[in-house]
Amino acid sequence: MSKDFTVHLKYWRQNGPDAKGFFEERTLNTVNEHMSFLEMLDVLNEELQLEGKEPVEFDYDCREGICGCCNLVINGQAHGPKGGTPTCQVHMYNYKDGDTIVIEPPRAAAFPVIKDLVVDRSAFDRIIEAGGYVSVKTGSAEEANTHPVEKHKSDTAFDYATCIGCGACVAACPNASASLFTGAKIAHLGLMPQGEVERSKRVVAMVDQMEAEGFGDCSNFGECEAVCPQEISISAIAEMRKDYVKAVFS
Amino acid sequence: MPSFIKALKSQVGRKYVTGITGVFLMLFLIGHLGGNLTIFAGVHTFNNYTHHLENLGPLLYVIELVLAFLFIYHAVLGISIARNRKKARPESYNVYKTKGGPSHQTLASRSMAITGVIILVFLVIHIWQFKFGFGEELARYTHEGVDLPQLRARVIEAFTNPVSAFGYAFVLAMIILHLSHGFWSAFTSLGMKHGETSKKVQAAAYVFAIVLMLGFMFIPLYIFFTGGDGSLISY
Ligand code: HEM
Repeated sequence: MSKDFTVHLKYWRQNGPDAKGFFEERTLNTVNEHMSFLEMLDVLNEELQLEGKEPVEFDYDCREGICGCCNLVINGQAHGPKGGTPTCQVHMYNYKDGDTIVIEPPRAAAFPVIKDLVVDRSAFDRIIEAGGYVSVKTGSAEEANTHPVEKHKSDTAFDYATCIGCGACVAACPNASASLFTGAKIAHLGLMPQGEVERSKRVVAMVDQMEAEGFGDCSNFGECEAVCPQEISISAIAEMRKDYVKAVFS
Repeated sequence: MPSFIKALKSQVGRKYVTGITGVFLMLFLIGHLGGNLTIFAGVHTFNNYTHHLENLGPLLYVIELVLAFLFIYHAVLGISIARNRKKARPESYNVYKTKGGPSHQTLASRSMAITGVIILVFLVIHIWQFKFGFGEELARYTHEGVDLPQLRARVIEAFTNPVSAFGYAFVLAMIILHLSHGFWSAFTSLGMKHGETSKKVQAAAYVFAIVLMLGFMFIPLYIFFTGGDGSLISY
Protein backbone atom coordinates (compact mmCIF):
# COMPACT_ATOMS: atom_id res chain seq x y z
CA MET A 1 0.00 0.00 0.00
CA SER A 2 1.27 3.40 -0.87
CA LYS A 3 1.18 6.10 1.75
CA ASP A 4 -1.42 8.85 1.77
CA PHE A 5 -0.19 12.37 1.19
CA THR A 6 -1.37 15.95 1.46
CA VAL A 7 -2.30 18.46 -1.24
CA HIS A 8 -3.55 22.03 -0.92
CA LEU A 9 -6.48 22.69 -3.23
CA LYS A 10 -7.60 26.04 -4.54
CA TYR A 11 -10.78 25.60 -6.56
CA TRP A 12 -13.23 27.90 -8.28
CA ARG A 13 -16.68 28.44 -6.80
CA GLN A 14 -19.41 30.21 -8.74
CA ASN A 15 -23.15 30.00 -8.24
CA GLY A 16 -24.26 30.69 -11.78
CA PRO A 17 -23.33 32.33 -15.08
CA ASP A 18 -23.78 35.85 -13.75
CA ALA A 19 -22.70 35.29 -10.16
CA LYS A 20 -19.30 36.47 -9.05
CA GLY A 21 -16.88 33.60 -8.68
CA PHE A 22 -14.15 33.16 -6.10
CA PHE A 23 -11.52 30.67 -4.99
CA GLU A 24 -12.07 28.39 -2.02
CA GLU A 25 -9.13 26.66 -0.39
CA ARG A 26 -8.88 23.37 1.39
CA THR A 27 -6.17 20.92 2.39
CA LEU A 28 -6.74 17.22 1.72
CA ASN A 29 -4.69 14.87 3.88
CA THR A 30 -5.81 11.51 2.51
CA VAL A 31 -4.72 11.62 -1.12
CA ASN A 32 -3.36 8.38 -2.57
CA GLU A 33 -1.14 8.15 -5.62
CA HIS A 34 -3.46 5.58 -7.22
CA MET A 35 -6.44 7.92 -7.18
CA SER A 36 -7.45 9.58 -10.40
CA PHE A 37 -7.79 13.34 -10.28
CA LEU A 38 -11.57 12.99 -10.22
CA GLU A 39 -11.43 10.48 -7.36
CA MET A 40 -9.39 13.02 -5.44
CA LEU A 41 -12.24 15.50 -6.05
CA ASP A 42 -14.71 12.83 -4.84
CA VAL A 43 -12.76 12.70 -1.58
CA LEU A 44 -12.93 16.48 -1.35
CA ASN A 45 -16.71 16.41 -1.86
CA GLU A 46 -17.15 13.64 0.70
CA GLU A 47 -15.34 15.74 3.29
CA LEU A 48 -17.41 18.80 2.38
CA GLN A 49 -20.68 16.89 2.63
CA LEU A 50 -19.77 15.31 5.96
CA GLU A 51 -19.37 18.85 7.26
CA GLY A 52 -22.77 19.77 5.83
CA LYS A 53 -21.26 21.96 3.11
CA GLU A 54 -22.16 22.05 -0.56
CA PRO A 55 -20.00 19.84 -2.76
CA VAL A 56 -18.00 21.34 -5.60
CA GLU A 57 -19.70 20.75 -8.95
CA PHE A 58 -17.48 19.25 -11.63
CA ASP A 59 -18.38 17.60 -14.90
CA TYR A 60 -17.73 13.92 -15.65
CA ASP A 61 -19.35 10.93 -17.21
CA CYS A 62 -17.35 7.89 -18.33
CA ARG A 63 -14.16 8.40 -16.30
CA GLU A 64 -12.32 6.34 -18.87
CA GLY A 65 -11.13 8.98 -21.30
CA ILE A 66 -13.88 8.61 -23.89
CA CYS A 67 -16.62 11.13 -23.24
CA GLY A 68 -14.82 14.47 -23.00
CA CYS A 69 -16.87 15.78 -20.08
CA CYS A 70 -14.09 16.30 -17.56
CA ASN A 71 -12.41 19.40 -18.92
CA LEU A 72 -10.75 21.14 -15.96
CA VAL A 73 -7.95 23.66 -16.08
CA ILE A 74 -5.42 22.42 -13.54
CA ASN A 75 -2.54 24.69 -12.52
CA GLY A 76 -3.12 26.69 -15.69
CA GLN A 77 -3.17 23.74 -18.08
CA ALA A 78 -6.27 22.23 -19.68
CA HIS A 79 -6.59 18.59 -18.51
CA GLY A 80 -3.61 19.00 -16.20
CA PRO A 81 0.09 18.42 -16.66
CA LYS A 82 0.17 15.53 -19.14
CA GLY A 83 -0.14 15.71 -22.92
CA GLY A 84 -2.68 13.55 -24.74
CA THR A 85 -4.60 12.83 -21.54
CA PRO A 86 -8.02 13.94 -20.29
CA THR A 87 -8.47 15.01 -16.66
CA CYS A 88 -10.00 11.66 -15.62
CA GLN A 89 -6.84 9.84 -16.71
CA VAL A 90 -4.53 12.10 -14.73
CA HIS A 91 -3.51 10.20 -11.61
CA MET A 92 -2.36 11.62 -8.34
CA TYR A 93 1.12 10.14 -8.70
CA ASN A 94 1.75 13.20 -10.88
CA TYR A 95 1.70 15.24 -7.67
CA LYS A 96 3.74 15.10 -4.53
CA ASP A 97 3.19 15.75 -0.88
CA GLY A 98 2.56 19.41 -0.12
CA ASP A 99 1.71 20.47 -3.71
CA THR A 100 -0.75 23.27 -4.28
CA ILE A 101 -3.25 22.52 -7.05
CA VAL A 102 -5.30 25.33 -8.58
CA ILE A 103 -8.45 24.16 -10.37
CA GLU A 104 -10.39 26.49 -12.66
CA PRO A 105 -13.22 25.93 -15.15
CA PRO A 106 -12.47 26.37 -18.87
CA ARG A 107 -12.84 30.11 -19.29
CA ALA A 108 -14.53 31.51 -22.39
CA ALA A 109 -17.45 33.84 -23.05
CA ALA A 110 -18.92 31.07 -25.20
CA PHE A 111 -18.70 28.59 -22.29
CA PRO A 112 -20.71 30.26 -19.49
CA VAL A 113 -20.26 28.75 -16.04
CA ILE A 114 -23.27 26.75 -14.90
CA LYS A 115 -21.90 26.14 -11.43
CA ASP A 116 -18.40 25.99 -9.95
CA LEU A 117 -16.27 24.02 -12.41
CA VAL A 118 -19.10 23.04 -14.77
CA VAL A 119 -19.53 25.08 -17.94
CA ASP A 120 -22.17 25.05 -20.64
CA ARG A 121 -20.56 23.74 -23.83
CA SER A 122 -23.71 23.72 -25.95
CA ALA A 123 -22.00 26.25 -28.24
CA PHE A 124 -20.18 23.20 -29.64
CA ASP A 125 -23.49 21.43 -30.29
CA ARG A 126 -24.74 24.44 -32.24
CA ILE A 127 -21.55 24.48 -34.35
CA ILE A 128 -22.19 20.81 -35.18
CA GLU A 129 -25.86 21.48 -35.91
CA ALA A 130 -24.85 24.20 -38.36
CA GLY A 131 -23.18 21.72 -40.69
CA GLY A 132 -21.65 18.70 -39.02
CA TYR A 133 -23.72 16.11 -40.83
CA VAL A 134 -23.71 14.20 -44.12
CA SER A 135 -26.45 13.32 -46.59
CA VAL A 136 -27.07 9.60 -46.87
CA LYS A 137 -29.38 7.55 -49.02
CA THR A 138 -32.11 6.01 -46.96
CA GLY A 139 -33.56 2.63 -47.83
CA SER A 140 -31.67 -0.60 -47.95
CA ALA A 141 -28.10 -0.60 -46.70
CA GLU A 142 -25.40 0.07 -49.26
CA GLU A 143 -22.94 -2.55 -50.34
CA ALA A 144 -19.80 -2.29 -48.22
CA ASN A 145 -16.75 -0.79 -49.96
CA THR A 146 -18.91 1.04 -52.52
CA HIS A 147 -16.82 4.16 -52.10
CA PRO A 148 -13.10 3.55 -52.45
CA VAL A 149 -11.17 5.79 -50.06
CA GLU A 150 -7.41 6.25 -50.06
CA LYS A 151 -5.89 4.74 -46.94
CA HIS A 152 -4.07 7.88 -45.79
CA LYS A 153 -7.24 9.92 -46.24
CA SER A 154 -9.40 7.61 -44.18
CA ASP A 155 -6.66 7.46 -41.53
CA THR A 156 -6.41 11.24 -41.37
CA ALA A 157 -10.19 11.62 -41.31
CA PHE A 158 -10.29 9.11 -38.48
CA ASP A 159 -7.66 11.04 -36.52
CA TYR A 160 -9.85 14.13 -36.74
CA ALA A 161 -12.96 12.11 -35.91
CA THR A 162 -11.46 11.15 -32.56
CA CYS A 163 -12.32 14.63 -31.23
CA ILE A 164 -14.40 14.13 -28.09
CA GLY A 165 -15.57 17.75 -27.93
CA CYS A 166 -14.13 18.38 -24.48
CA GLY A 167 -13.29 22.01 -25.25
CA ALA A 168 -9.72 21.88 -23.94
CA CYS A 169 -8.66 23.60 -27.19
CA VAL A 170 -10.85 26.58 -26.30
CA ALA A 171 -9.80 26.50 -22.65
CA ALA A 172 -6.09 26.61 -23.47
CA CYS A 173 -6.17 29.00 -26.43
CA PRO A 174 -5.01 32.48 -25.40
CA ASN A 175 -7.74 33.80 -27.73
CA ALA A 176 -10.42 31.29 -26.65
CA SER A 177 -10.72 30.20 -30.26
CA ALA A 178 -12.70 27.10 -31.24
CA SER A 179 -10.78 26.62 -34.49
CA LEU A 180 -9.32 23.21 -33.62
CA PHE A 181 -12.70 21.75 -32.64
CA THR A 182 -14.45 23.22 -35.67
CA GLY A 183 -11.55 22.36 -37.98
CA ALA A 184 -11.50 18.75 -36.78
CA LYS A 185 -15.24 18.34 -37.37
CA ILE A 186 -15.03 19.94 -40.81
CA ALA A 187 -11.96 17.95 -41.82
CA HIS A 188 -13.19 14.56 -40.68
CA LEU A 189 -16.32 14.86 -42.80
CA GLY A 190 -14.76 16.78 -45.68
CA LEU A 191 -11.97 14.31 -46.30
CA MET A 192 -14.41 11.43 -46.92
CA PRO A 193 -16.52 10.98 -50.06
CA GLN A 194 -19.66 10.80 -47.89
CA GLY A 195 -19.02 14.35 -46.72
CA GLU A 196 -18.39 15.77 -50.17
CA VAL A 197 -21.99 16.79 -50.88
CA GLU A 198 -22.19 19.49 -48.23
CA ARG A 199 -18.49 20.28 -48.12
CA SER A 200 -18.71 23.95 -49.16
CA LYS A 201 -21.92 24.70 -47.34
CA ARG A 202 -20.63 22.97 -44.23
CA VAL A 203 -17.40 24.93 -43.81
CA VAL A 204 -19.11 28.29 -44.26
CA ALA A 205 -21.99 27.48 -41.90
CA MET A 206 -19.74 26.07 -39.19
CA VAL A 207 -17.22 28.92 -39.37
CA ASP A 208 -20.08 31.43 -39.18
CA GLN A 209 -21.58 29.65 -36.18
CA MET A 210 -18.22 29.44 -34.41
CA GLU A 211 -17.90 33.20 -34.72
CA ALA A 212 -21.52 33.86 -33.72
CA GLU A 213 -20.99 31.89 -30.51
CA GLY A 214 -18.34 34.40 -29.45
CA PHE A 215 -15.17 32.31 -29.77
CA GLY A 216 -12.01 34.30 -30.52
CA ASP A 217 -9.81 34.32 -33.64
CA CYS A 218 -7.07 31.78 -34.26
CA SER A 219 -3.57 33.25 -33.90
CA ASN A 220 -1.70 30.01 -34.67
CA PHE A 221 -0.47 29.62 -31.10
CA GLY A 222 -0.85 25.85 -31.49
CA GLU A 223 -1.59 25.50 -27.77
CA CYS A 224 -4.81 23.62 -28.66
CA GLU A 225 -2.81 20.76 -30.17
CA ALA A 226 -0.60 20.58 -27.06
CA VAL A 227 -3.57 20.14 -24.70
CA CYS A 228 -5.84 18.02 -26.89
CA PRO A 229 -6.39 14.68 -25.11
CA GLN A 230 -6.71 13.10 -28.56
CA GLU A 231 -3.60 14.90 -29.84
CA ILE A 232 -5.45 16.30 -32.84
CA SER A 233 -3.10 18.29 -35.06
CA ILE A 234 -3.68 21.93 -35.99
CA SER A 235 -3.45 20.64 -39.56
CA ALA A 236 -7.23 20.34 -39.09
CA ILE A 237 -7.33 24.14 -39.00
CA ALA A 238 -5.38 24.23 -42.27
CA GLU A 239 -8.00 21.89 -43.80
CA MET A 240 -10.77 24.22 -42.59
CA ARG A 241 -9.03 27.24 -44.11
CA LYS A 242 -8.49 25.48 -47.44
CA ASP A 243 -12.12 24.33 -47.61
CA TYR A 244 -13.26 27.85 -46.77
CA VAL A 245 -11.28 29.42 -49.61
CA LYS A 246 -12.57 26.76 -52.02
CA ALA A 247 -16.12 27.52 -50.90
CA VAL A 248 -15.68 31.24 -51.46
CA PHE A 249 -14.31 30.81 -54.97
CA SER A 250 -16.66 28.03 -56.07
CA MET B 1 -21.72 30.98 -50.76
CA PRO B 2 -20.47 34.00 -48.85
CA SER B 3 -19.70 37.15 -50.78
CA PHE B 4 -16.02 38.01 -51.06
CA ILE B 5 -16.42 40.91 -48.64
CA LYS B 6 -18.16 38.75 -46.06
CA ALA B 7 -15.45 36.11 -46.44
CA LEU B 8 -12.76 38.74 -45.82
CA LYS B 9 -14.46 39.67 -42.58
CA SER B 10 -14.83 36.08 -41.34
CA GLN B 11 -12.32 34.67 -38.84
CA VAL B 12 -10.79 32.49 -41.54
CA GLY B 13 -10.61 35.36 -44.04
CA ARG B 14 -9.05 37.72 -41.52
CA LYS B 15 -6.35 35.22 -40.75
CA TYR B 16 -5.59 34.70 -44.45
CA VAL B 17 -5.27 38.43 -44.95
CA THR B 18 -2.96 38.85 -41.92
CA GLY B 19 -0.82 36.14 -43.50
CA ILE B 20 -0.84 37.53 -47.05
CA THR B 21 -0.16 41.12 -45.96
CA GLY B 22 2.55 39.77 -43.64
CA VAL B 23 4.23 37.95 -46.54
CA PHE B 24 4.20 41.07 -48.71
CA LEU B 25 5.60 43.15 -45.85
CA MET B 26 8.42 40.63 -45.45
CA LEU B 27 9.13 40.81 -49.20
CA PHE B 28 9.18 44.58 -48.88
CA LEU B 29 11.73 44.31 -46.06
CA ILE B 30 14.03 42.20 -48.25
CA GLY B 31 13.90 44.86 -50.99
CA HIS B 32 14.34 47.64 -48.45
CA LEU B 33 17.46 46.01 -47.02
CA GLY B 34 18.93 45.60 -50.52
CA GLY B 35 18.46 49.32 -51.17
CA ASN B 36 19.82 50.33 -47.77
CA LEU B 37 23.02 48.36 -48.13
CA THR B 38 24.01 50.43 -51.18
CA ILE B 39 25.03 53.00 -48.58
CA PHE B 40 28.29 51.05 -48.36
CA ALA B 41 28.77 51.03 -52.15
CA GLY B 42 30.53 54.33 -52.64
CA VAL B 43 29.61 57.93 -52.06
CA HIS B 44 27.02 58.35 -54.80
CA THR B 45 25.39 54.93 -55.20
CA PHE B 46 22.86 55.33 -52.40
CA ASN B 47 21.96 58.84 -53.53
CA ASN B 48 21.64 57.62 -57.09
CA TYR B 49 19.31 54.85 -55.91
CA THR B 50 17.20 57.46 -54.11
CA HIS B 51 17.22 59.55 -57.25
CA HIS B 52 15.94 56.60 -59.31
CA LEU B 53 13.11 56.12 -56.84
CA GLU B 54 12.21 59.82 -57.13
CA ASN B 55 12.24 59.44 -60.90
CA LEU B 56 9.55 56.79 -60.80
CA GLY B 57 7.14 59.74 -60.46
CA PRO B 58 3.50 58.66 -60.17
CA LEU B 59 4.55 54.99 -59.95
CA LEU B 60 6.33 55.83 -56.69
CA TYR B 61 3.04 57.13 -55.28
CA VAL B 62 1.32 53.92 -56.32
CA ILE B 63 4.02 51.87 -54.55
CA GLU B 64 3.75 54.06 -51.46
CA LEU B 65 -0.01 53.70 -51.43
CA VAL B 66 0.18 49.91 -51.75
CA LEU B 67 2.69 49.76 -48.89
CA ALA B 68 0.58 52.03 -46.71
CA PHE B 69 -2.45 49.85 -47.47
CA LEU B 70 -0.54 46.66 -46.55
CA PHE B 71 0.75 48.13 -43.29
CA ILE B 72 -2.58 49.59 -42.24
CA TYR B 73 -4.68 46.55 -43.18
CA HIS B 74 -2.20 44.23 -41.44
CA ALA B 75 -2.06 46.41 -38.33
CA VAL B 76 -5.84 46.87 -38.11
CA LEU B 77 -6.42 43.11 -38.36
CA GLY B 78 -3.62 42.25 -35.96
CA ILE B 79 -4.83 44.69 -33.34
CA SER B 80 -8.46 43.64 -33.70
CA ILE B 81 -7.51 39.95 -33.34
CA ALA B 82 -5.65 40.82 -30.14
CA ARG B 83 -8.52 42.94 -28.84
CA ASN B 84 -11.06 40.17 -29.45
CA ARG B 85 -9.22 38.16 -26.83
CA LYS B 86 -10.76 40.15 -24.03
CA LYS B 87 -14.24 39.68 -25.47
CA ALA B 88 -13.83 35.94 -25.97
CA ARG B 89 -12.40 35.47 -22.46
CA PRO B 90 -13.71 38.22 -20.16
CA GLU B 91 -12.47 36.49 -17.02
CA SER B 92 -8.84 35.44 -17.33
CA TYR B 93 -7.15 32.52 -15.59
CA ASN B 94 -5.50 32.97 -12.24
CA VAL B 95 -2.82 30.54 -13.26
CA TYR B 96 -1.96 29.91 -16.90
CA LYS B 97 0.83 27.81 -18.35
CA THR B 98 1.63 26.46 -21.80
CA LYS B 99 1.94 22.70 -22.17
CA GLY B 100 4.90 23.00 -24.53
CA GLY B 101 5.31 20.11 -26.98
CA PRO B 102 3.77 21.06 -30.33
CA SER B 103 2.68 24.45 -28.97
CA HIS B 104 4.05 27.59 -30.61
CA GLN B 105 3.19 29.71 -27.62
CA THR B 106 6.37 31.68 -27.04
CA LEU B 107 7.43 35.15 -25.98
CA ALA B 108 7.36 36.04 -29.69
CA SER B 109 3.85 34.74 -30.42
CA ARG B 110 2.40 36.21 -27.24
CA SER B 111 3.81 39.65 -27.94
CA MET B 112 2.85 40.02 -31.64
CA ALA B 113 0.51 42.93 -30.92
CA ILE B 114 3.07 44.73 -28.75
CA THR B 115 5.93 44.29 -31.21
CA GLY B 116 3.51 45.25 -34.00
CA VAL B 117 2.51 48.51 -32.33
CA ILE B 118 6.19 49.31 -31.71
CA ILE B 119 6.84 48.77 -35.44
CA LEU B 120 3.92 51.05 -36.31
CA VAL B 121 5.07 53.90 -34.05
CA PHE B 122 8.60 53.45 -35.32
CA LEU B 123 7.38 53.61 -38.92
CA VAL B 124 5.88 57.06 -38.40
CA ILE B 125 9.07 58.37 -36.79
CA HIS B 126 11.23 56.65 -39.44
CA ILE B 127 9.39 58.28 -42.35
CA TRP B 128 9.29 61.64 -40.60
CA GLN B 129 13.04 61.40 -39.96
CA PHE B 130 14.38 60.26 -43.32
CA LYS B 131 11.74 61.25 -45.85
CA PHE B 132 10.88 64.59 -44.28
CA GLY B 133 14.08 65.24 -42.32
CA PHE B 134 12.02 66.32 -39.28
CA GLY B 135 10.80 69.18 -41.47
CA GLU B 136 14.19 70.15 -42.87
CA GLU B 137 14.64 70.42 -46.65
CA LEU B 138 16.94 67.76 -48.09
CA ALA B 139 20.23 69.19 -49.46
CA ARG B 140 20.94 68.45 -53.15
CA TYR B 141 24.11 68.42 -55.21
CA THR B 142 25.20 67.78 -58.77
CA HIS B 143 27.29 64.77 -59.65
CA GLU B 144 28.27 63.98 -63.28
CA GLY B 145 25.59 66.40 -64.40
CA VAL B 146 22.81 64.71 -62.39
CA ASP B 147 20.94 66.49 -59.63
CA LEU B 148 21.12 64.15 -56.61
CA PRO B 149 19.51 64.25 -53.16
CA GLN B 150 22.03 64.19 -50.29
CA LEU B 151 20.19 61.46 -48.39
CA ARG B 152 23.33 59.50 -47.55
CA ALA B 153 24.73 62.39 -45.53
CA ARG B 154 21.42 62.67 -43.69
CA VAL B 155 21.52 58.99 -42.76
CA ILE B 156 25.13 59.10 -41.61
CA GLU B 157 24.51 62.21 -39.56
CA ALA B 158 21.43 60.66 -37.96
CA PHE B 159 23.24 57.52 -36.87
CA THR B 160 26.17 59.28 -35.26
CA ASN B 161 23.55 60.18 -32.67
CA PRO B 162 23.31 57.38 -30.04
CA VAL B 163 19.55 57.85 -29.55
CA SER B 164 18.92 57.17 -33.24
CA ALA B 165 21.46 54.36 -33.56
CA PHE B 166 20.35 52.41 -30.48
CA GLY B 167 16.70 53.29 -30.97
CA TYR B 168 16.85 51.66 -34.42
CA ALA B 169 18.74 48.66 -33.06
CA PHE B 170 16.03 48.20 -30.44
CA VAL B 171 13.18 48.36 -32.95
CA LEU B 172 15.00 45.96 -35.26
CA ALA B 173 15.28 43.51 -32.35
CA MET B 174 11.51 43.82 -31.91
CA ILE B 175 11.08 42.98 -35.60
CA ILE B 176 13.20 39.85 -35.07
CA LEU B 177 10.72 38.84 -32.38
CA HIS B 178 7.73 39.64 -34.63
CA LEU B 179 9.10 37.65 -37.55
CA SER B 180 10.44 34.72 -35.56
CA HIS B 181 6.79 33.76 -35.04
CA GLY B 182 5.24 35.69 -37.95
CA PHE B 183 7.16 33.91 -40.71
CA TRP B 184 5.98 30.46 -39.58
CA SER B 185 2.54 31.74 -38.68
CA ALA B 186 1.98 33.24 -42.15
CA PHE B 187 2.67 29.87 -43.79
CA THR B 188 0.32 28.22 -41.32
CA SER B 189 -2.40 30.79 -42.01
CA LEU B 190 -2.05 30.09 -45.70
CA GLY B 191 -2.66 26.36 -45.29
CA MET B 192 0.63 24.73 -44.21
CA LYS B 193 0.08 21.48 -42.30
CA HIS B 194 1.70 20.93 -38.92
CA GLY B 195 4.36 18.32 -39.57
CA GLU B 196 7.95 17.92 -40.68
CA THR B 197 7.80 20.81 -43.18
CA SER B 198 6.37 23.02 -40.52
CA LYS B 199 9.38 22.35 -38.27
CA LYS B 200 11.74 23.35 -41.08
CA VAL B 201 9.73 26.49 -41.73
CA GLN B 202 10.04 27.44 -38.05
CA ALA B 203 13.81 26.95 -38.24
CA ALA B 204 13.87 29.04 -41.42
CA ALA B 205 11.88 31.72 -39.59
CA TYR B 206 14.62 32.16 -36.99
CA VAL B 207 17.33 32.31 -39.66
CA PHE B 208 15.32 34.71 -41.82
CA ALA B 209 14.44 37.07 -38.97
CA ILE B 210 17.94 37.17 -37.51
CA VAL B 211 19.89 37.44 -40.78
CA LEU B 212 17.57 40.08 -42.21
CA MET B 213 17.57 42.20 -39.09
CA LEU B 214 21.31 41.92 -38.49
CA GLY B 215 21.64 43.26 -42.03
CA PHE B 216 19.48 46.25 -41.16
CA MET B 217 21.12 46.69 -37.76
CA PHE B 218 24.61 46.77 -39.20
CA ILE B 219 23.98 50.19 -40.76
CA PRO B 220 23.17 52.31 -37.66
CA LEU B 221 25.57 50.44 -35.39
CA TYR B 222 28.48 50.57 -37.84
CA ILE B 223 27.98 54.26 -38.42
CA PHE B 224 27.69 54.97 -34.72
CA PHE B 225 30.72 52.97 -33.63
CA THR B 226 32.93 54.41 -36.37
CA GLY B 227 31.74 57.94 -35.72
CA GLY B 228 30.47 58.17 -39.30
CA ASP B 229 33.82 57.69 -41.02
CA GLY B 230 34.62 53.99 -40.89
CA SER B 231 36.44 52.56 -43.89
CA LEU B 232 33.23 51.06 -45.33
CA ILE B 233 31.50 54.41 -45.35
CA SER B 234 34.18 57.03 -46.14
CA TYR B 235 35.93 56.85 -49.42
C1 HEM C 1 7.55 45.35 -41.23
C2 HEM C 1 6.39 45.17 -40.93
C3 HEM C 1 5.69 43.90 -40.56
C4 HEM C 1 5.92 42.63 -40.99
C5 HEM C 1 6.97 42.16 -41.98
C6 HEM C 1 4.95 41.78 -40.33
C7 HEM C 1 4.85 40.43 -40.51
C8 HEM C 1 3.91 39.63 -39.93
C9 HEM C 1 3.67 38.27 -40.26
C10 HEM C 1 4.39 37.50 -41.33
C11 HEM C 1 2.68 37.82 -39.43
C12 HEM C 1 2.07 36.44 -39.41
C13 HEM C 1 0.74 36.49 -40.09
C14 HEM C 1 -0.13 35.36 -39.74
O1 HEM C 1 -0.16 34.95 -38.58
O2 HEM C 1 -0.81 34.87 -40.62
C15 HEM C 1 2.30 38.89 -38.58
C16 HEM C 1 1.32 38.80 -37.59
C17 HEM C 1 0.95 39.87 -36.82
N1 HEM C 1 1.31 41.19 -37.00
FE1 HEM C 1 2.74 41.85 -38.23
N2 HEM C 1 4.17 42.53 -39.50
C18 HEM C 1 4.58 43.84 -39.63
C19 HEM C 1 4.04 44.94 -39.01
C20 HEM C 1 3.02 44.88 -38.09
C21 HEM C 1 2.37 46.02 -37.51
C22 HEM C 1 2.69 47.47 -37.84
C23 HEM C 1 1.45 45.54 -36.65
C24 HEM C 1 0.47 46.29 -35.80
C25 HEM C 1 0.35 47.01 -34.99
C26 HEM C 1 1.51 44.11 -36.67
C27 HEM C 1 0.74 43.28 -35.89
C28 HEM C 1 0.68 41.92 -36.03
C29 HEM C 1 -0.10 41.04 -35.18
C30 HEM C 1 -0.92 41.45 -33.98
C31 HEM C 1 0.08 39.76 -35.69
C32 HEM C 1 -0.53 38.47 -35.14
C33 HEM C 1 -1.84 38.21 -35.76
C34 HEM C 1 -2.55 37.10 -35.06
O3 HEM C 1 -2.47 37.01 -33.84
O4 HEM C 1 -3.21 36.31 -35.72
N3 HEM C 1 2.46 43.74 -37.57
N4 HEM C 1 3.06 40.01 -38.90
